[in-house]
Amino acid sequence: MKYKTQRIALVYFAVAMALFAIQVLGGLLAGWIYVSPNTLSELLPFNIVRMLHTNSLIVWLILGFFGAAYFLIPEETEREIHSEKLAYIQLAILVVGTLGVVVTYVFNLFEGHWLLGKEGREFIEQPKWVKAGIVVAALMFLYNITMTVLKGKKTAISNILLLGLWGLALLFLFSFYNPHNLALDKQYWWYIVHLWVEGVWELIMASILAYLMLKLTGVDREVVEKWLYVIVAAALFSGILGTGHHYYWIGTPGYWQWIGSIFSSLEVIPFFAMMAFAFVMVWKGRRDHPNKAALLWSLGCATLAFFGAGVWGFLHTLHGVNYYTHGTQITAAHGHLAFYGAYVCLNIAIFSYALPILRNRDPYNQVLNMASFWLMTSGMVFMTFVLTFAGTIQTHLQRVLGEYYMDVQDQVEIFYWMRFGSGVVVVLGALLFIYSIWVPRKEIIEPGAAETPAE
Amino acid sequence: MSDTAGQGSLLDELPGDLMMWVLIISELLVFGAGLAAFLALRLTDPVGFAEAQDHLHRTGAALNTVVLVTSGFLAAKAFQWRGLGARLKARLALVVAALLGVVFLIIKGAEYADKAAKGIDFETHPFFLFYYMLTGFHAAHVVAGVVILCLIAWKDSLRNIEVGAAFWHMVDLVWVLLFPVIYLLA
Repeated sequence: MKYKTQRIALVYFAVAMALFAIQVLGGLLAGWIYVSPNTLSELLPFNIVRMLHTNSLIVWLILGFFGAAYFLIPEETEREIHSEKLAYIQLAILVVGTLGVVVTYVFNLFEGHWLLGKEGREFIEQPKWVKAGIVVAALMFLYNITMTVLKGKKTAISNILLLGLWGLALLFLFSFYNPHNLALDKQYWWYIVHLWVEGVWELIMASILAYLMLKLTGVDREVVEKWLYVIVAAALFSGILGTGHHYYWIGTPGYWQWIGSIFSSLEVIPFFAMMAFAFVMVWKGRRDHPNKAALLWSLGCATLAFFGAGVWGFLHTLHGVNYYTHGTQITAAHGHLAFYGAYVCLNIAIFSYALPILRNRDPYNQVLNMASFWLMTSGMVFMTFVLTFAGTIQTHLQRVLGEYYMDVQDQVEIFYWMRFGSGVVVVLGALLFIYSIWVPRKEIIEPGAAETPAE
Repeated sequence: MSDTAGQGSLLDELPGDLMMWVLIISELLVFGAGLAAFLALRLTDPVGFAEAQDHLHRTGAALNTVVLVTSGFLAAKAFQWRGLGARLKARLALVVAALLGVVFLIIKGAEYADKAAKGIDFETHPFFLFYYMLTGFHAAHVVAGVVILCLIAWKDSLRNIEVGAAFWHMVDLVWVLLFPVIYLLA
């Protein structure tokens, strides 16, 4: 660790990983409810479980991004973080907010209260006081990071990361605007959810990947930066108007069907470019970095993001297709692999790179960590296939033949069982990852020891 | 590393800026996809499309083609003149090119106004949906192009002019593709 304040990242990563564990356990419970629908139906209804599953995902990913920024900004700018104390206060606010959200959701407190009650819009159900807390925390974060960047060296990586983080915070402000007209409500709602994951988060993803490639492969910064700019341009060009693919059936004018179809089809390009970038850098790189786990997660991230976000997204993005598949298990398949590939793997990649450094355990081979990659990834890929098959059958039975929703659900039950099984594997992988990164003290494996002839 | 260097120099050979070429290719993909969708939809209703097309001003659009291509020619000339050191001449050419862009927008605006007066909007027929989308997006690029031409007439480094003119030629090219497909194809 070159800079003292990089240690801020450690606590952010710790909280993120705790929430990660809760998120996948919540997912497992939700997967179980699919096969045994009355489980906890009074105590913890499915809609609450699902909400916790998706919300904790978003929160831990963002905490991971914050941690990543605190870790890499000092190295990029060659400066300590402006205020270490502010960073911890920011985390405390976010943790209190998160706990408040969980308590409010689970016990359904303050129903309908303007300040304390949950607001009921998917993903932005947070009570208003939590939303305000998030904004305050975000402002503290932006102030802290921006001051550091302003004082220090400016690189393409830190600039793009900053742009992404500013965008993330500013777009969240739309969560305060809740028009009565349901079509308008949805239109603005997507400004947050879509412009995050298919807009500014891609900037964050590209810049963190670029940082990892720079460190892990030793390719020249100039080359990395050129790729970074092209990726970012392609992401914004396609992603912003790509929002249109959410406007097909919500009551917005018909031209959105074409704008959404055309632009969101192009959203494959930045993900393809990120995959090409990661592999080309590794092929061209001269450095044989000992942290193979971080490299594995980085390459896994770029590849799975291309398939999950790019290919599975394209699968149902054209409005002619989406007319039939909208809201079926096809969407669930895409959602799982896209979030896992693009943002979960990205976070784990930076965790895997940063934590051995932060905890003074370099060099560090991380075999268990790599095993967790294959466990989690195979579980998630299997789940994606299973849900895609379920979604295809569901689309045909329900949307083409017009059978009733619940009748169709009965017919795809076998897939839900398989999904639960793959969920178990993902959870085991996640727990193994957390164990591997925090518990074992020494795990250095001499490269090629087996092949060295005895002398 | 020699490979990376080779790749770098290949990209460096592009005139102007790499990012402008990323933009140009992205734009061509979008307009290309739009035109492809238009042509595909046309197959489903050739009579309706032909009938709708008759409401367009072919002469106005043809005039606009001449206006825009002339403007593009002037932008190209400006780059050449700036290279030879004729700064004032280059700047004048860019300003005239920008003015021709405005002329294009006026003619286009008259066409839109006429459609509006006839009560034709994007919901009248799929043909008009695409007509408004494609020419509207294009007109927005003409607006951007006029601004860019003014900017490069002001900050008139050779590189700026090269990058700006590349954008303007893309706007030209897109129109030359839109014009026959939307206005003429019978």
